[in-house]
Amino acid sequence: MTSVSRPIIEAEHLSKTYTLRKKTGRLKRERTTVEAVRDLNLAVAEGELLGYIGPNGAGKSTSIKMFTGILSPSAGRLRVAGLEPIRDRKQLARRIGVVFGQRTTLWWDLPLRDSFALLHRMYAVPDARFAANLKRLVALLELEPLLDTPVRQLSLGQRMRGDLAAALLHDPAVLYLDEPTIGLDVTSKAVVREFLAELNREQGTTIVLTTHDLDDIERLCRRVVVVDHGTVAYDGELDTLRARVAADRTLVVDLAEPVPAIAVPGAAVTRIDGPRQWLAFPAEANAAALVADIAERYELLDVSIRDADIEEVIRNLYTG
Amino acid sequence: MVVYALISRQAFRRYLTYRGAMVGGVLANTVFGVIKAFIMMAVWRQRPSIGGYDVADAVTYVFLAQAMIGPMSTLNNGLDIPARIRSGDIGTDLFRPVDFQTYWLANDLGRAAFSVLGRSVVPFVIGALLFHLHLPTDPRVWAAFTVALFLGVVVSFALRYLAAMSTFWLLDEKGVVGMATVVTSFFSGMIVPLVLFPGWLGQLARLLPFAALVQLPADVFLGKRSGGAVGTGYLFEIGWAAALLLAGRLVTRRARHRVVVQGG
Repeated sequence: MTSVSRPIIEAEHLSKTYTLRKKTGRLKRERTTVEAVRDLNLAVAEGELLGYIGPNGAGKSTSIKMFTGILSPSAGRLRVAGLEPIRDRKQLARRIGVVFGQRTTLWWDLPLRDSFALLHRMYAVPDARFAANLKRLVALLELEPLLDTPVRQLSLGQRMRGDLAAALLHDPAVLYLDEPTIGLDVTSKAVVREFLAELNREQGTTIVLTTHDLDDIERLCRRVVVVDHGTVAYDGELDTLRARVAADRTLVVDLAEPVPAIAVPGAAVTRIDGPRQWLAFPAEANAAALVADIAERYELLDVSIRDADIEEVIRNLYTG
Repeated sequence: MVVYALISRQAFRRYLTYRGAMVGGVLANTVFGVIKAFIMMAVWRQRPSIGGYDVADAVTYVFLAQAMIGPMSTLNNGLDIPARIRSGDIGTDLFRPVDFQTYWLANDLGRAAFSVLGRSVVPFVIGALLFHLHLPTDPRVWAAFTVALFLGVVVSFALRYLAAMSTFWLLDEKGVVGMATVVTSFFSGMIVPLVLFPGWLGQLARLLPFAALVQLPADVFLGKRSGGAVGTGYLFEIGWAAALLLAGRLVTRRARHRVVVQGG
């Protein structure tokens, strides 16, 4: 059935233009239009876990705000869960969940329990379903000891778990996540990722994940959509994206003493700072061999390898 | 409906956590009440029964007005909307499956209810202990006053909502809210009773919605409005509430179409 059903998110030629008025004189104002999103096409199937990425200001947030019914599109066609976001806003709200890493959707001064009770009524969740969902989410996200704590007293990781539960109490068909792991420690990140993977697998919830953390994408998403300059710049598998842009990795070496730029085959020095040097090398090259090469000729104190981050991958997508 | 009642209750509980601000408010309202009471007594000694009030009415009016500073939120906007627009948190409020304006009305009613208990009762009781006040003996007057007060809070909300929503366009509400506060304090009868306003200014002031915030409930309390006049007073409040809430709805619709939600 899912193979023939229509996509749960369907955007065709979607555009959003802002008009900004800028003061240019005492009374004069100049109008400038900004195309935050232009001619964006996207189809997300039910049950997908999609990485929705792009540099800051690329139009990710604006498009997500249109998908959630907060912003009205300037042009184009948009359907989410069979509804038209702005026209059917209230109905749509009951079908979607939203989590922002940088801000909470919970009530700051209320204990988690009361926030959940408020959401229960707001989303008109049947009592039995609410009780079952609450029980499941509290167990999965280990919220039991936090239920009576006001949100403002929760740590970032605890708050994020609370926000995740809050977004899912009404069984949304689509969950939008905006930087859900930002600022979290390694353990909390792992908890969030594992939870999302399971949610997607067990409940079949469609997840649209926006993040700058490549690890999030690598661990969770097979399909990646890159948005840049307000439109879809890439839509496909993550591995294909990586290979296509062939972003270099960086090897950072700490030598015993400052030396001129290291000359080794297959790598190029990009930066020198005293005894520390940065070398760029192709992602598919053998890092161990490269380190061994350098160690043969120089006295090495320390090495570290950095993967190209998403920003860099995306930048290469355009310049490369 | 259930959800809005719950929102009001939770807002009430939320304000309970800010008890420090409440104590400060109570103290300020009481001290200024005493000062204003002495000023009114001096005025009435010179001009007894000005505006149809005797001195006990005037002093009672002072403490009623002081008690209404909190619930009517005449000195500040009292809504979290501007701060939430600036921080971008308003996005959360915009995608909830509830009516945006009613959500904020429900919140504000919870705030006002808390304010009556937390900020109104004590200054008024202290006023009654220090001065001779004109207190209604008929419970029906108290009931009529409570209704007028409730409707006044709705009008006050509708006005403050419009001021708060201007943040969507201006991104900084301080100018609009500051102006609104000055106009509201003056025309509601918060600073001096509208009965002291001369001629056409007094007549104009009594027709503006601000009169619903202090002067009208106070008149019901003091028995200056009784019988059918109470009913017309309610109609006045309901009429303004409806008109201003409707204006708020139109503003909300416009805001939805042009929001630039801050951040990200």
